Parts: sequence; C-alpha cells; structure tokens
Amino acid sequence: MLRITDLTKRYGTGELVLKGLTLEIGGAGLTAIIGSSGAGKSTLLRCINRLVEPTSGSIVVDGVDVTGLRGRRLRHARRSIGMIFQGFNLIDRLSVMENVLSGRLGYVGFAQALTRRYPQADIDRAFTLLERVGLQDFVNTRADTLSGGQRQRVGVVRALMQDPKILLADEPTASLDPKTSQQIMSLTRELSEELSLPVLVNIHNVHQAKEFADRVVGLRYGTIIFDGAGSDLDDAALDRIYEGTAGRGDEHGDETVGADARGGTVASP
Amino acid sequence: MTLGERERAEPYRWQRFTLAERLGRFLIYLVSAAIVFWALRTLDVFWPWVWSAPTEIADLFGRMTPPDLRRGDEILRAMLETIHIATLATFLSLFIALPTAYIAAQNTTPNGVTLWIGRFILVATRSVNTIIWALLFVAIFGPGVMAGILAIAFRSIGFTAKLMAEAIEEIDRKPVEAVVAAGGDKGKIVLYGIVPQVLPTFLAVTILRWDINIRESTVLGLVGAGGIGMILQGAIDTFQWQTAATILIAILIVVILGEVVSSALRKRVI
Ligand SMILES: Nc1ncnc2c1ncn2[C@@H]1O[C@H](COP(=O)(O)OP(=O)(O)O)[C@@H](O)[C@H]1O
Ligand SMILES: [Mg+2]
Repeated sequence: MLRITDLTKRYGTGELVLKGLTLEIGGAGLTAIIGSSGAGKSTLLRCINRLVEPTSGSIVVDGVDVTGLRGRRLRHARRSIGMIFQGFNLIDRLSVMENVLSGRLGYVGFAQALTRRYPQADIDRAFTLLERVGLQDFVNTRADTLSGGQRQRVGVVRALMQDPKILLADEPTASLDPKTSQQIMSLTRELSEELSLPVLVNIHNVHQAKEFADRVVGLRYGTIIFDGAGSDLDDAALDRIYEGTAGRGDEHGDETVGADARGGTVASP
Repeated sequence: MTLGERERAEPYRWQRFTLAERLGRFLIYLVSAAIVFWALRTLDVFWPWVWSAPTEIADLFGRMTPPDLRRGDEILRAMLETIHIATLATFLSLFIALPTAYIAAQNTTPNGVTLWIGRFILVATRSVNTIIWALLFVAIFGPGVMAGILAIAFRSIGFTAKLMAEAIEEIDRKPVEAVVAAGGDKGKIVLYGIVPQVLPTFLAVTILRWDINIRESTVLGLVGAGGIGMILQGAIDTFQWQTAATILIAILIVVILGEVVSSALRKRVI
C-alpha cells in the first residue's frame, strides 16, 4: 500500500531531518510512529501527501510514486491519502456538514463546491459516517462551537470522505484531554478495522502506541531505530528511542499530564 | 539590617535624561518653534481677518437662522442622490478591489509581477484625492452623477483592497492545508480555505467604506460631480444662507445616520 524508499528531507540548507528512511506498510492495520519532538515524525507524514517536499527518495502509494507528481496528478494522488491533523484544521465558520463535504473537494468541480451541491452519494456517505461517530445531531452546527473531541471526529469523517486508501494522522490527540484522546484513538482503530484501512499515526504517547497499534516504528533523529510489535517495545527499546533526546514525548505533553512513560498509567482509560 | 537604616554620605541621585539628552531635546523644541514661525511668516496670513473671525461667525450665524425649509423637497432628493452615489460607488469599487486584494496579498498572489501590480493599484488609487478624481471624470464624462460615482469608486479601491489584502495575509493556514491534503486545487482553496475566514472582515470593510463614501459624496457637487454639494454650492454662491444652513443640517443628519447604520451592520457581521 505504501512503500517509502531511501527518503531524505532537509529544510532549506539545514541538516538532514530524515536520513534515508525505508518503510513499508502493507494492508490494513494501525502503525504508530513514536519518537521525541523533532525526531521527524511530522516531516515523514507530510512527505507522504507532499505537504512537505521530499529532498530525495521515493514514496509509492497504492502503486503510484507520488514524489514526481505535479498539478492535477498530484491532487488526484492526494485524494487517496486521508489526513487527520493535530489542530483539527477545520473551517471554523462553516458547518459540520460543509467541513465533512470538504473532504470531497478533490472530486467535485468549482461550481459544485461553491454552491454546496455535492452528489447525493457524497451526502449519503457523510450522513452514514457522521452517524457512525455520533455526530448526527450536529450536521448544521458551526464547527467552531464544537468541543475538541467532536471537532476531531469531524476531522476523521472529513478524511474518510475522501475514500482514502491510507489514512495519516499527525498527533491526532495531542490537543485533547486524556479521556477524549483515548476515545479518538479507539475510534480510529475501529474505523481502520471496519474499512480495512491502513492507518499511520504519529503519536506522542507510548502507552497509546502500545495499546492501539499493531506495529510501532521508533524514529530518532530521522532514522528508524525500532520496528516491531507494540509488545516488543520494552524499556531497552524505549531508552534507545528517547535516550539523550528532548525526552519521552509523554513526559511533557499537555495531553498526558502526570502519565509516566514506563510504569505509570494514562490519566484515564 | 533593614532597608533605609544605613547611613549614607551622599543622597541617591537619579535623572531620567543625561545632559546630552536634555540638550538634544531642547534643540528639538527650538527647531519646532522655528519651523512654525517660518511657516506663519511665509504664508502671509492676513491677520485682521483672523481677529474679526468671531464677529463674522456671529454675523453668518445670524444670516443662517432660521434655516429655510422651502426647498426641502429638492434637498431631500439631492440627499438621496448623494447616498445612491455612495452605495453604487461602493459596489462598483468591490469589483476591482476584490481581485486587487487577491493579487496584493503575499500568500495568494500568483507571482512577483502580480504582487507589484496589486500594490501599485493600492497606492495609486489611494494617493489621489476624491475631488481630484472627480475633476478628472467630470472632464471625461461631463458634470453629473457618473463622474461622482466613478470618482468615489476609484478612491475606494485602494482603501478597501488594502484592508482586504491584509485580512487575506492574516488567515490561519490550517484549513488551507486541509483542503490541499484533500486534493483541492487553487479555486477550492480560495472557496473553503480563505473565503470563510476573510468574509466577516470583507463585509465590515465594505460597510465602513460605504459610511466614508457617504461623507465623501457630499462634497462632490463642489466640482459638479452630483449630489447635495451642487445645491450647497448654488446656495452659497447666491447668498441664500438660510438654505445653506438647511443643507448643512441635512448633511449632518445623513452622516450620523450612516454612522449608526454602518456600526450596527458591522456589529452583526463580526
Ligand atoms: N518548515 C520547517 N522549516 C524548517 N525546519 C523544520 C520545518 N519543519 C520542521 N523542521 C525541523 O525538522 C525537524 C523535525 O521536525 P518534525 O518533523 O516536526 O518532528 P516531530 O514531528 O517528530 O516533532 C525539527 O528539527 C524541526 O525543527
Ligand atoms: Mg510533529
């Protein structure tokens, strides 16, 4: 589904942020990418849908190498890559439904987008997904009046509206409280299974990585230094991933106040 | 030992400015005074007229009261014309201001050349006063409302487009990123990523400019470009001070109304 080969990235004339990553994601399943701040997690994810321009290497999504694409072909490739953002990235002044339908912007024409006349199939899909995540009563509510958890659900639904072949999530729960954070992770996991969708999640919280991921990839200074099942992620592995860096993500993250990476508990289940 | 107990040989000294700084400030005062003096000397003000101003004001006031309401109908119609000029000009200016704002904003302009063109339109239209524009358009289209509408519209473009371009430059990038990630092109980015964010500002700016344009359109008549100013000019030229008084009061009322309406509208859109 996704094959990344020898991917490097440097911003401007700076140092290499990604140092020749090779990573293959097969079929469905949730893969967590962990690593301290600045390890290059966001850069890696954003290279996949070309929000960030890779410096070298290749990224093949669903049989298409996206690294060389431009214009219309790039936009078409992006349609099959859904993305969920840390800051939700909703259009605040528009309704939940308009936000959800904006996931179809890669498919509809300008006039349709302007007049909000989306195909009936899109509207059906939107209602089905909104019901699935429990937002059926908020269809015409303005997005900026929702709670954080509800906003991220809208973000998830919008990404799924694209009918993606793969879902990327860049710290989707880092702006949420611990309880909501767990709920969004469960939801993501369930949807991944229901839709047989491969999901790649940058995650700030080692506990959640272990709990929700089928596979965990540890990134350190732009290099993959761990790749295995969540259960293989022992203290020694964690030490290698976080040693000498800014610290384990969940020690200072605002979303896991008081949680300790090793023995502690997440503030709420 | 507590503060203040210790004996000191000398009291503390503190000065806000050093000697050099004080000298510098004195010099600035001196130069300012000299410039004012120079201007007054050069401009050749006829002082007796200045000293007689209070008498003249009292005299004028006497001639203006009571305001003459006999030409009320005509004044009302001219006042409406004034408001229509302002409204049409505001709409007309939007057609040029919106694309200008788009190319004058750094984050939406297609390239360096368009940015430069956009900035040029902003500066060029704003730096020419409405009355100058009106003189120009009266020369082209002849006297009347057409010249007035165009004059006000042109003067509005720069103001409106500049504030709108600033609003575009200040948008939050996140929704834009979401549209890009979904495979949206430039048009969809504008529709969903930008327009919803800048719309309130755009409406507020338009209403504010409409309010300003009402005031601007009251003076257009002085150069024959339509509106209430035409009648005011006529009344003054024929020494009908009581009619002039009515017109001034009418202008005051309309300007206040414009202010009230526009601030009420602005509150609703923000
Ligand atoms: N737009 C950018 N311009 C320059 N440097 C950047 C940019 N984005 C990220 N970086 C740098 O790249 C490195 C990796 O950042 P990032 O991918 O955000 O890491 P993570 O998501 O793991 O915290 C950091 O050193 C960061 O400062
Ligand atoms: Mg990041």
